[in-house]
Amino acid sequence: MSTHNTDKIKAKLKKRYAKERRFRAYGIASLAISFLFLLTLMVNIFSTGLPAFQQSYIKLDIHIDAEVLGVTKASDREALFSANYSKLVKGTLKEMFPDAKTRKEKRARNKLVSNSASYDLRDHVIENPELIGTTQSFWFLAKDDVDVYMKGKIDRNLPEDDRRIKDFQLTWIDQLQEEGRLEKRFNTTFFTSGDSREPEQAGIKGALIGSLLTMLVTMALSFPIGVLAAVYLEEFAPQNNRWVDIIEININNLAAVPSIVFGLLGLAVFIALFGVPRSAPLVGGLVLTLMTLPTIIIASRAAIKSVPPSIREAALGLGASKVQTTFGHVVPLAMPGILTGSIIGMAQALGETAPLLMIGMVAFVADVPQGILDPATVMPVQIYLWSDSPERAFTERTSAAIMVLLAFLVVMNFIAVMLRKKFERKW
Amino acid sequence: MQTHIIIITLLALLAFSYFTGRKRSIATASLSKGRYNLHSRPQYYGMMVVLWAGLPALLILFLWTAFDSTVVSALTVSQLPEDVQALSEGKLSLFMNEVKNIVDSGNVSDDTNKQIAAEHYKRLSEISLLAKTVVVFVIAVLIILVALRSIKPTLQARNHVERVMTWLMIACASIAILTTVGIVFSVIFEAIQFFKAVPVTEFLFGTHWSPQTAIRADQVGGSGSFGAIPLFVGTLLISLIALTIAVPLGLMSAIYLSEYASARFRAFAKPMLEILAGIPTVVYGFFAALTVAPFIRSFGESIGLEPSSESALAAGIVMGVMIIPFVSSLSDDVISAVPQAMRDGSYGMGATKSETITQVVIPAALPGIVGGVLLAASRAIGETMIVVMAAGLAANLTVNPLEAVTTVTVQIVTLLTGDQEFDSPKTLAAFALGLGLFMVTLILNIISLHVVRKYREQYD
Repeated sequence: MSTHNTDKIKAKLKKRYAKERRFRAYGIASLAISFLFLLTLMVNIFSTGLPAFQQSYIKLDIHIDAEVLGVTKASDREALFSANYSKLVKGTLKEMFPDAKTRKEKRARNKLVSNSASYDLRDHVIENPELIGTTQSFWFLAKDDVDVYMKGKIDRNLPEDDRRIKDFQLTWIDQLQEEGRLEKRFNTTFFTSGDSREPEQAGIKGALIGSLLTMLVTMALSFPIGVLAAVYLEEFAPQNNRWVDIIEININNLAAVPSIVFGLLGLAVFIALFGVPRSAPLVGGLVLTLMTLPTIIIASRAAIKSVPPSIREAALGLGASKVQTTFGHVVPLAMPGILTGSIIGMAQALGETAPLLMIGMVAFVADVPQGILDPATVMPVQIYLWSDSPERAFTERTSAAIMVLLAFLVVMNFIAVMLRKKFERKW
Repeated sequence: MQTHIIIITLLALLAFSYFTGRKRSIATASLSKGRYNLHSRPQYYGMMVVLWAGLPALLILFLWTAFDSTVVSALTVSQLPEDVQALSEGKLSLFMNEVKNIVDSGNVSDDTNKQIAAEHYKRLSEISLLAKTVVVFVIAVLIILVALRSIKPTLQARNHVERVMTWLMIACASIAILTTVGIVFSVIFEAIQFFKAVPVTEFLFGTHWSPQTAIRADQVGGSGSFGAIPLFVGTLLISLIALTIAVPLGLMSAIYLSEYASARFRAFAKPMLEILAGIPTVVYGFFAALTVAPFIRSFGESIGLEPSSESALAAGIVMGVMIIPFVSSLSDDVISAVPQAMRDGSYGMGATKSETITQVVIPAALPGIVGGVLLAASRAIGETMIVVMAAGLAANLTVNPLEAVTTVTVQIVTLLTGDQEFDSPKTLAAFALGLGLFMVTLILNIISLHVVRKYREQYD
């Protein structure tokens, strides 16, 4: 009888231990799934994005023909500016590839280089009018289709109808490559120009400056307001006061309100009521301020709370007033924690998109914004806009822009962690 | 003077007054019995002058700038000919927009009405700017003079400064309330306008959503129907998919990290999970649209289904992964708060670790976990970018996760990012949806915060 029972228990124990192992395995598996997803996401973004840091250029030997341009070396700036440079570029291409017969082929020939080629040429000639009449070599941006092919994204073994680059274009590209006139270089355009409808001319400078201006507004407003609010709630607010309770509940709620609702607020209050210009970093910064305030307040309160009462008592005992104690001793000691929380709040704001769509920061802005009242866009919105574009070349640029954005976020979070590590105090 | 020049000049003036006030306090003190008889330290006298003069001046400047264009527009409108004033509100705002464009661009318009209005607008703006400059500086200088004159050793400058500081802090803390009030009013006003045009019952119970309204009366096409049921169903469907992914994975991760993992593994794995929370949502959206959706489509086709290219599943899965760290960190907190004595009791009875967790720790932590899940649900419902980029625009009334659905947030974005006039039902519908979104997430937040707080008190 007793052996029977022991066997039963042993058998059950085995089952229970198996269950225990399974449970543990579930835990590991769920962590593994999360990490696997993170890994896939990163690998995906990086593998699509890395080629965007290179760009194909085509070398053309252009005879700067005074007759075609209708100018002379002595012409004034305006005449040089309005001359027809694209005719020169097209003429050079025609000499190089005379075999284009149909209209379609001719158009494709002109689209080997980007349409920025004639502007580059113009700027160069205006700078150096003495070059008129000579033959010069220029490296021009290749058109996005050529660039995508150069990066191996178009398989030339596919049937001709299935690819963007046709057979006759391939022979031209091969010829250019043989002559050493087509090569990939570091893509400086990506960092030095604003948005463009042409993928090869599009860059993130405008969005970066827009993000910077927006973040400046956000920081200038949310940091002082957040810290002062936290100081009040933690140090000065009367206990068990109805008003203070309402403020606290409000802050906790605002931290969880969907960001898009802040966009509605910005549209209805800042733009419609106060007449702040749409699409401007100012209104974006205001909306993001309201959004990041709860984060900063909550983090600052925690930091202030962790300063031991002995510090306050010592200061008060030496005759400092409440305000002097707080701002002379408590806040400086809590500053590392406050800064950490603020940086994390700013990182959130930097990655935020939805509310900015509501206030018109989604408009196509080619110019780099000069101030907080100029129309601008920000990095995440630029990513959203590019991800919507059908051109293949924009897909890799989207990923590249994501990489730049992630790099900024990593740096900000790294600084926050460092601050915490370096200045964290155990009282 | 431009506004930013006013601000810079004002700041320079205030800086000057700070040093003057400081110096004056020392001077008056040494005149009487030496500077140690000053009630406060000298810099407080300077600060007092700055705060007394600076705050009202900046406040006036801010309010004036904020309401400037509204007032000037209203004044211009009141000067317009009768027939223009009689225009409908929408046409009038269009008219004023063109007038402002004329002023900004400096072009000359063919329409004499507009040209006159533009000149009037311009003149009024100039007068307003001049008046603003004068008022701000007169007030600032007057107060500075009064404050400087009042400086004497017995003046309790520190107390004055501290009183102002306290009020400043209260004002900063109250911004949270102002924000909530601002949100409520901005959505409620527009939503009421919307419900005047579209009955509440149609909005809440209608099953057909197609917000395209005819712009002109004679146009064929969109009659505009605003039944929001398909949006609610779509939102719930995607949130549900997200939660079925995030809750088990997040909860199990939290259990493993807090109960099983070594301190070293925990120190590595927790920040890794937090990275998922730090990635901007637009990145998730891009990933969902570019990688996950095509994968689901090809996978579905390979097993004989026909998923739409913008399926609810793709958006839901990615959103689920996004909120895993959210669920896990909240659950981690509540699981760690369960007293060790309860675990020890369970071990003492011979229970294994997993039995202790499932039968003692989780039931004890349940209210906190539920609170965390509710917070995660509110985040899922309000999430915008993933669904904008990966879920569709088609308002299908379906619960099939392989079809395209649309959500409340997607519609808000689409309705408000195109061309907009403020009074068409199409634009106003976005605010009605925003009101719904705000109310639902607010209720979820209040319940969950309440539950979590109650739970914490239980074990404190």
